[in-house]
Amino acid sequence: MIIKYTLQRLLMLIPVSLSISVVIFLVVHLLPGDPIDNLMRVGSSPEDRLAMTVKYGLDRTLVEQYLLWIRSILSGDFGEAIVLRRPVSALIWQNLPYSLTLGALAFAFSSIVGMIAGTVSAVAKNPVVEQVVKAFILLGSTVPSFWLALLMILLFSVTLGWFPVSGAKTWTALVLPVLTIGFGGIALVARVTRVALVEIARQDFVTLLHAKGLSRSTILFRHLLPHAFLPVVTILALRIGWILGGAVTVEFVFGRPGLGSLLIRALGQRDYPVVQGCLLMLALAVMLGTLIGDVAQAALDPRVREATT
Amino acid sequence: MSTILKVEALRVAIGALTPLSSVSFSLEKGETLGLVGESGSGKSLTAMAIMGLLPLIGGRITGGSVVFDGSDLTALPEPAYRKLRGGRIGLITQNPMTSLDPLKKVGSQIDVVARLHLGLDKSAARNRTVELLGELRIPEPASIYHLYPHQLSGGMKQRIVIAMALAADPDLLIADEPTTALDVTVQAQIIRLLSDLIRDRGLSMVLITHDMSVVAQACDKVVVMYAGTAVEYGTVAAIFDDPRHPYTKALIGCIPRGLAGAQRLKGIEGTVPSVAHYPQGCRFHPRCPRAEAICAAVSPPFIASRDGAAACHFAGAVG
Amino acid sequence: MNALAQSGVGRAFTTPLGLFSGGYILILLVVALTAPWITPFDVTIQDLANSNAAPGWPHLMGTDEFGRDVLSRVMYGARTSLSVSATAIGFSMIVGMALGAAAGYFGGLFERAVMTVVDLTWSFPDILIALMLVAIIGPGLSSTMFAIAVAYLAQFTRLTRAQIVQLKRETFIEATINLGATPAHILSRHLLPNAVAPVIVVGMLAIGDGIILEATLGFFGLGAQPPTPSWGAMMSSGTAQLFLAPWVIIFPGLVVAVTVIAINLFGDALIRALDIRERLRGT
Repeated sequence: MIIKYTLQRLLMLIPVSLSISVVIFLVVHLLPGDPIDNLMRVGSSPEDRLAMTVKYGLDRTLVEQYLLWIRSILSGDFGEAIVLRRPVSALIWQNLPYSLTLGALAFAFSSIVGMIAGTVSAVAKNPVVEQVVKAFILLGSTVPSFWLALLMILLFSVTLGWFPVSGAKTWTALVLPVLTIGFGGIALVARVTRVALVEIARQDFVTLLHAKGLSRSTILFRHLLPHAFLPVVTILALRIGWILGGAVTVEFVFGRPGLGSLLIRALGQRDYPVVQGCLLMLALAVMLGTLIGDVAQAALDPRVREATT
Repeated sequence: MSTILKVEALRVAIGALTPLSSVSFSLEKGETLGLVGESGSGKSLTAMAIMGLLPLIGGRITGGSVVFDGSDLTALPEPAYRKLRGGRIGLITQNPMTSLDPLKKVGSQIDVVARLHLGLDKSAARNRTVELLGELRIPEPASIYHLYPHQLSGGMKQRIVIAMALAADPDLLIADEPTTALDVTVQAQIIRLLSDLIRDRGLSMVLITHDMSVVAQACDKVVVMYAGTAVEYGTVAAIFDDPRHPYTKALIGCIPRGLAGAQRLKGIEGTVPSVAHYPQGCRFHPRCPRAEAICAAVSPPFIASRDGAAACHFAGAVG
Repeated sequence: MNALAQSGVGRAFTTPLGLFSGGYILILLVVALTAPWITPFDVTIQDLANSNAAPGWPHLMGTDEFGRDVLSRVMYGARTSLSVSATAIGFSMIVGMALGAAAGYFGGLFERAVMTVVDLTWSFPDILIALMLVAIIGPGLSSTMFAIAVAYLAQFTRLTRAQIVQLKRETFIEATINLGATPAHILSRHLLPNAVAPVIVVGMLAIGDGIILEATLGFFGLGAQPPTPSWGAMMSSGTAQLFLAPWVIIFPGLVVAVTVIAINLFGDALIRALDIRERLRGT
């Protein structure tokens, strides 16, 4: 049943991906500035220029360019980076593992710690604990991530010397970036968990669970937390894009390779094919996130499963 | 006959308010006692107090006693109370739509009670559940077992809730408006089912309802509640033949009698006062057709009558 | 309606948190408005003999690599950061309300087209949208404003549409429609006035997000250009001196964080005072 549902959702992604590809294509082609300018050395002839334009297909109509682009993407070819002069797919493959590692770790870190923090603040009827978690949640959603990254570097790398300042050579270089991205994520997950738990605990069936003689911990772990998972999973899946977005800033500050750094560099150089490739990958991640969220929700909630199959 | 439940001068506080006071009644083994009143009269609060679940809604018992099978529950520590809940006292709640965990199969929600209180293993508990579902006149119990709550009708869900309450063979059932949320035809079925269960299993039951006709159908004794306090108690026969409290009379007046008694159905003017605004003296006096000066000043004592008593200054007077 | 909003704003100040956060915001506004006259030092005058001085007297927050007073620049930066964010969000709010109201009122194909685009941008991280736009238009304050406005457009459109759709089901609106009132009349007289309070509160919270976004773009060197002080730009130029003069980064960032926290707390107080938590749900 879940497999059928997943396949259905995958099919629905096709039209969405196509429309996203059109948007990305158009947006990128609205970028002002001629990338050919970046390639031309001073004093090169108009003929050289024309040859370049033809080589990158920039002389054709937008529709033709789009169709060509889509066709090559479907065959795994993202084109050639104009400035870096390498296949875009190679650039993406080279940078993707760094972003994936960072994203996955930050994701796991923030969901686990966030759920624990949210549960503690909802269950501990202790006003001090509650206020501390609340304050933390507020901090996590208001502190700019690049600033947090800089503070982390100052404290842990410069002052304490525990972790490298930048780069991605050792696994210890991952700690600070994961903490930085995770900080905002923890706040988000904790808040959602807390709200969900408080709301569920008010429902009738919880009274009846108590009336059956179940202990508080059984009720919390077997019945309340599974309910709290539902909104948390949804939010987390929707926020995969946001975690990647956070990765953009954090990769930049920590000088890590990754899709984010690649994108920022390409934006600065107006390297169309690279920008397109990166945006497409990020869009794909966002869509996959939504898909995973939907499937997970169907797996967790029999009502969703039934309504959609 | 021995007394299974005795509630005496029960008093419940939530924060600074006292929404429930001077509620007393006793229930013999095998009997059904009706707790009747409009919403807001404190019936459900009484149920929560007996179940020891007041902390869930931020309440606590501040006076009186709840004696179950000889031991006072008001002083019972939580672990011991947990053994009673579900084990010896079963609760049936008002709204079956929201009483079951929507993420768990109904069968397993029943199983857990027998596993917890009777120490049965998984398969024994399952067999017991399926058997119980059959006893509750649920068709194809073995397949219902594997369904989720949203796949069942309201009446079915209420049977599941009843099965949960019965799963560990309790001595006492507390049914809090078990039929209010159901269709009229289903209501009658559930009430009949409960009555049969009480008779066949020798159970005792506190049946909470706002509907006097349900009381007439299913109960042996009645406690009429108004604005957080008991106003009259007695046997069903006595209460219906000769109600002493004006509020009881009004409630009985609310029962439709079909064509035979074609007089106009009487409602009760006004609404139950909220906890923060309980009137001085007799709490019913602002709505009472018989109210006199004394009613607003002095809260009436119980005056005994045939098989019962009523808290009204004029309960002794004829008419 | 106006009276209601005003009494609500007044009530938001009655809780301790509401008072502190609201007070802080008011003081910050005053500083932003009067910055050119009240800063202890001139924000552009360089004093190389005094470069990278640690916090102390007379430079309470220290000086940057050119010997400029950090406190003065933080004060002046409030002017830039607040006005950029507030202008952008105001613009975004107006356009978002118009789009959302039209989508919610007319429904049909128009609604679906608008909401498809809105949902697409909604699922994209705001920083990515902003980076893309700034890359298209080129760096600077006006493109920063535009980027912030577009990045939060989806939020206002969704919220307004949700409100309008809900209000449309209410009896008094149906009655007005049945009486033959024109859409413009119904929207401007009945629907929008009733939908405006939650949108304004969300707008206020979004100013906080806008400040963070402005700071981030500024940090990437895409926002305010030197020598204009903005919180983001100050931190951008400070990275080079991170190890020598960390205060150049610490203080502007701290002010960003405190400001955004204050805006959030005050927004919370406002939500409670106006009693609109329910209406903000699900958006």
